[in-house]
Amino acid sequence: MCLGIPGEVVELHPDEPHLAKVDVSGVRRMINIGLLEGENVQPGDWVLIHVGFALSKIDEEEAAAALGFLESLGQAYDDELAALAESNIE
Amino acid sequence: MRFVDEFRDAEKARVLSAQIASMCVPGREYKFMEVCGGHTHTIYKHGLEDYLPEAVRLVHGPGCPVCVIPMGRLDDAIAIAEEPDVIMTTFGDMMRVPGGRGSFFDSKAKGADIRMVYSPLDSLKIAQQNPDKRVVFMAIGFETTAPSSAMTVLRAKALGLSNFSIFCNHVTIIPAIKAILDSPDLRLDGFLGPGHVSTVIGCRPYEFISAVHGKPLVCAGFEPLDILQSVYMIMRQLQEGRSEVENQYRRVVPWDGNVKALEVINEVMELRPYFEWRGLGFISHSALKVRDAYAAFDAERIFEVPGVRVADPKACQCGEVLKGVIKPWECKVFGTACTPETPIGTCMVSSEGACAAYYNFGRFTRERVREAAG
Repeated sequence: MCLGIPGEVVELHPDEPHLAKVDVSGVRRMINIGLLEGENVQPGDWVLIHVGFALSKIDEEEAAAALGFLESLGQAYDDELAALAESNIE
Repeated sequence: MRFVDEFRDAEKARVLSAQIASMCVPGREYKFMEVCGGHTHTIYKHGLEDYLPEAVRLVHGPGCPVCVIPMGRLDDAIAIAEEPDVIMTTFGDMMRVPGGRGSFFDSKAKGADIRMVYSPLDSLKIAQQNPDKRVVFMAIGFETTAPSSAMTVLRAKALGLSNFSIFCNHVTIIPAIKAILDSPDLRLDGFLGPGHVSTVIGCRPYEFISAVHGKPLVCAGFEPLDILQSVYMIMRQLQEGRSEVENQYRRVVPWDGNVKALEVINEVMELRPYFEWRGLGFISHSALKVRDAYAAFDAERIFEVPGVRVADPKACQCGEVLKGVIKPWECKVFGTACTPETPIGTCMVSSEGACAAYYNFGRFTRERVREAAG
């Protein structure tokens, strides 16, 4: 739950400005970007995601580092990804 | 993946390790608390204690949200879950946490409708799909997850939902650190500040630690080298006679935090006069509750909450572990009666709990504990 996971924004929701689709290690899901209001989140940006919400914008290098680290955690990251895959925010 | 390789670089770790060792004053011991459970996980996963000189000891702090929930609150949540027409929704890590009357899993087995969700927004969706049910979200966590719960309440209000509420158990990190600093049984020389909590609250709230208590605090990232570098930064402060708040995790943590997230928390929630923490007891102004304006989304006002206090099992020493007074393996039931499969205390349940981290990374398996016990 407390794992912050990096995802790449791939698409903004056409009607709901607080939603965006992200790609996290190949899993694509909708998340809420309302906490980054005013930061002009765009496709191609990387964000740190906590329980379905983008908490901060991060640079691509940090995202790569964090992903590599999370993958090394094994089970804990697999569980988080599985939970994300079950998620159905809209 | 250049960055990863850089961070994994064992050579760099050894250089940092040597520098840390060279800064130790002979005969002096250094005790630093890593506040965050995520750090505890990294430290044991990568065996970072082996990179530190004997004089430098890392002490695990209370920053594991699942670990600090007192048993009574879990019993309250189960009582709500067992009310008619209720769907209780929770993060997966809460399912096995033992309360006074069993866990969410036990209650689910007996017929309560308890579902795991990834996000409070998934819980909101369940409420939309089940208009004839009362959907409750078990809201837990520090300032990293509190904005998510608050945003979800705002969304529920905007959608006009009348069957969604949160059972608010959000806690705040600063009062817990204060309680530890005031605790007589622990002398600390510095802190590794929690990385992701700080993305929300920023670095300023820690300034009392350096200004009033004279201890250095360095906000630290989660990679092994982040942690070693943060220890190095604390050591350098001590060597130079400084006590300041420094930010090692600058690439993620802004000095002022996420102002929007703080505004959202403040809109929906306010501080409780006091809250009970497992192991630390009652701490003033250390948790959040739903404001009057959002009472319609507050499970504590919608349901009869028993509010019982349940003492921790006698054998369990999670309290001392959470305060950093003892190491997990010093607990009498560690690895014998208390394992991740059959946890007695919360520190063995969550993967961020210090006991589970020790146990899972093979440093102290059941066999080794038995060997050690002779």
